[in-house]
Amino acid sequence: MIPTNYYIVLSAILFGLGVLAFIFKRNIISIFMSIELMLNAVNLAFVAFSQAMHKLDGQVFVLFVIVVAAAEAAVGLAIIILTARNRQSLNVERVDLLKL
Amino acid sequence: MFPRTDDLLRALPELIWCGFGMLAMLLQPFVRSRHFFTGLALVGAVGGTGAAFVAGATPGEGFYGLIESDVFSFFFRLLVGLVAVLVVLAADSYLERENLPFAEFYALLLFATAGMGVLASARELLTAFIGLELSSISSYILAGFRRDSTKSSEASLKYFLLGSFATAFFLYGIALVYGATGTTNLGRMDDADPGSNLLKLGLSLILIGIGFKVAAAPFQIWTPDVYEGAPTPVTALFSAGPKAAAFALLLRIFASVPAATHFWFWAFWVLAALTMFAGNLGALLQTNVKRLLAYSSIAHAGYILVAFAAVTFMANDLNGGATPAYAAVLFYLLSYALVKIGAFTIVSEIGGWGEKNLTLDDYAGLAQRQPVAAAALSLYLLSLLGLPVTAGFFGKFYIFKAAVNSHLIWLAVLMAINSIIGAYYYLRVIVVMYMREGSAEAMAAAPVRFPVAVNVVLAVTAIGTVYFGLFPNQVLNFILQPNLIAH
Repeated sequence: MIPTNYYIVLSAILFGLGVLAFIFKRNIISIFMSIELMLNAVNLAFVAFSQAMHKLDGQVFVLFVIVVAAAEAAVGLAIIILTARNRQSLNVERVDLLKL
Repeated sequence: MFPRTDDLLRALPELIWCGFGMLAMLLQPFVRSRHFFTGLALVGAVGGTGAAFVAGATPGEGFYGLIESDVFSFFFRLLVGLVAVLVVLAADSYLERENLPFAEFYALLLFATAGMGVLASARELLTAFIGLELSSISSYILAGFRRDSTKSSEASLKYFLLGSFATAFFLYGIALVYGATGTTNLGRMDDADPGSNLLKLGLSLILIGIGFKVAAAPFQIWTPDVYEGAPTPVTALFSAGPKAAAFALLLRIFASVPAATHFWFWAFWVLAALTMFAGNLGALLQTNVKRLLAYSSIAHAGYILVAFAAVTFMANDLNGGATPAYAAVLFYLLSYALVKIGAFTIVSEIGGWGEKNLTLDDYAGLAQRQPVAAAALSLYLLSLLGLPVTAGFFGKFYIFKAAVNSHLIWLAVLMAINSIIGAYYYLRVIVVMYMREGSAEAMAAAPVRFPVAVNVVLAVTAIGTVYFGLFPNQVLNFILQPNLIAH
C-alpha cells in the first residue's frame, strides 16, 4: 500500500511541470499539452484523496473533469487551427498584434 | 428517476437559456432570417430572466445540494439575464454590419449566460466548475467570432490559453480543498479548520483561478488584448456578465468556508491595491477607446476587491456585520454592468464597419456630429468615475463605507487616489468629444444613425444609471437581508 502523500507529491510535481511548460514553451500545441498535463495532475490528486478518505465523490469529480477537458480540447484545437490559418505560424511570439 | 419538480423550478432560468440556445442551433439550417433569430434569442433571454422569479419563489437547495436558490442567486440571475438581453439587442446590427453568422452567436451567448447562472447559484464546487467552463468555453468562441480578423482570432487564442491555465489552477485548488475538508459541498465546510495549510493552499489556488476570470492583478495581462480583439458587443458581455458571475462565486466561497483570518484579509488587500493601480495606470497611456475601457474594467475589479477585503475582515462577525459589504459588491456589479454595456455599445456603433474608428481622435467633435451618443457616453464615463446622480457614485460610496467600517483606512485612501487618477482619463475622453474639432472628413460624413435596438440599449442603461443614482435604496433594501446567502 503506497501512502497517499506519495500520490499528492507526484501530482504536485506533474502540475508544476505543466506550469513550467506553459510558461517556457513557444509552440502553441505544446502549451496546450501542458494544460492537459495540469488537468491530469488534478485528476490524480482527486483520485488519491478519494481513495484515502474512502469516498466516491472525488472520483465522480474526475469524470466531470475528463469530459470538460475533452470539450475544451475540441474548442481549443479549433481556435489554434484558426490562428495558424490566419498567420501561417504556430509560434506564440509571432501572435503579437495586440500590444500596449 | 425524473428530477423533482421543485429541483427543476430552482434551475429553470438555466434550463430555459440552454433550451433556447439549442433551439437556435437546431433551427439554423432551416431559417435564414436574422430577425427571426434575434427574436428567438430575445425571447429566450427574457424568458430565462423571468424564470429567475419562479426560481426565487422556490427557495432552498436543489438537486441534493448542487445548486441553491436564494436571494443572492436570484439577484445574479436577474443581472446576467439583463446583460444577455442587452447584448442581444446591441449585437443585432453589429452582426449584420460585419456579416457574421447570427444563429451560432446567439446560441453561444445563451449558453454563456446559462453558465453564469449556474455559477451564481452553485453551492457545490462541482457545479461551480461546470458553470465556469460552460461560460468560459462559449466565451472563447465568441471572442474569436470575427474569423477573418487576425486580431479577433488572436484575442480568442490568448483568452483560451490563459483561461484554461486559470481553470487548471481553480481545479487543483478544489482538489486540495477536497483533501482538506473531505467534501466539495460549500454548505458542509463549516467545521473545517481555518488554520489548515492544505485548505489555505487550496483556497489560494481557487483565488488565483477566479482572479484570472475577474481580471485581478497580477493575473490581468490578458484582459486588454482580449477586450480589444473581441467583437465589441462580446466585449460588452465579457466586461459585465462573466465578471459578475465569477465575483458571485468568490463571494459565496468566502462566505461559506471558514476563511476569516488575517491571511485572507491581507491577500485581498494586496490584490485590491495591485489591481486598482494596474488598471488605472495602464489606462492613462491608452489612445484606443476600447482598450481604455478594458483597462478601466481592471481598475473597477480592484474597487470591488476592496469590498472583499472588508468582507473577510467582518466574516467572523456572526451578527451579519459583513452584510453591508456584500451589498456593496452586489450594487457595484449592477451599476457597473449597466454602464459598461452602454459604453461598449456606443463604441461598437461609432466603430463602424470592420471596427475602424476606435481611437480617441475618431471621437473628436462627436458632440457636434452626434450629440445624443456623446451625451450618453459622457454619462457612462461620469458614472465610471463615480460622480453623484449616477449609479457609480453610490456603488463607490458603499464600498468606501464598507472599507472605512472595517478600519481599512489605507485601502480607502488608495481607492480615493485611484479615483483621482481615473478622473484624468475619463474626463479626457469627454473633453475630446466636446472641445476638440473633428477632422474635416469626419465632420463632413453623415452622422451614423443608430438602429432602434441600439437606442433601446442606450435608453435602458442610461435611465438605469440615473435611476439607481437617485434611488439606490430600492435595490439595497432588497439586497440587505440577513439571509442573503443561505448557510
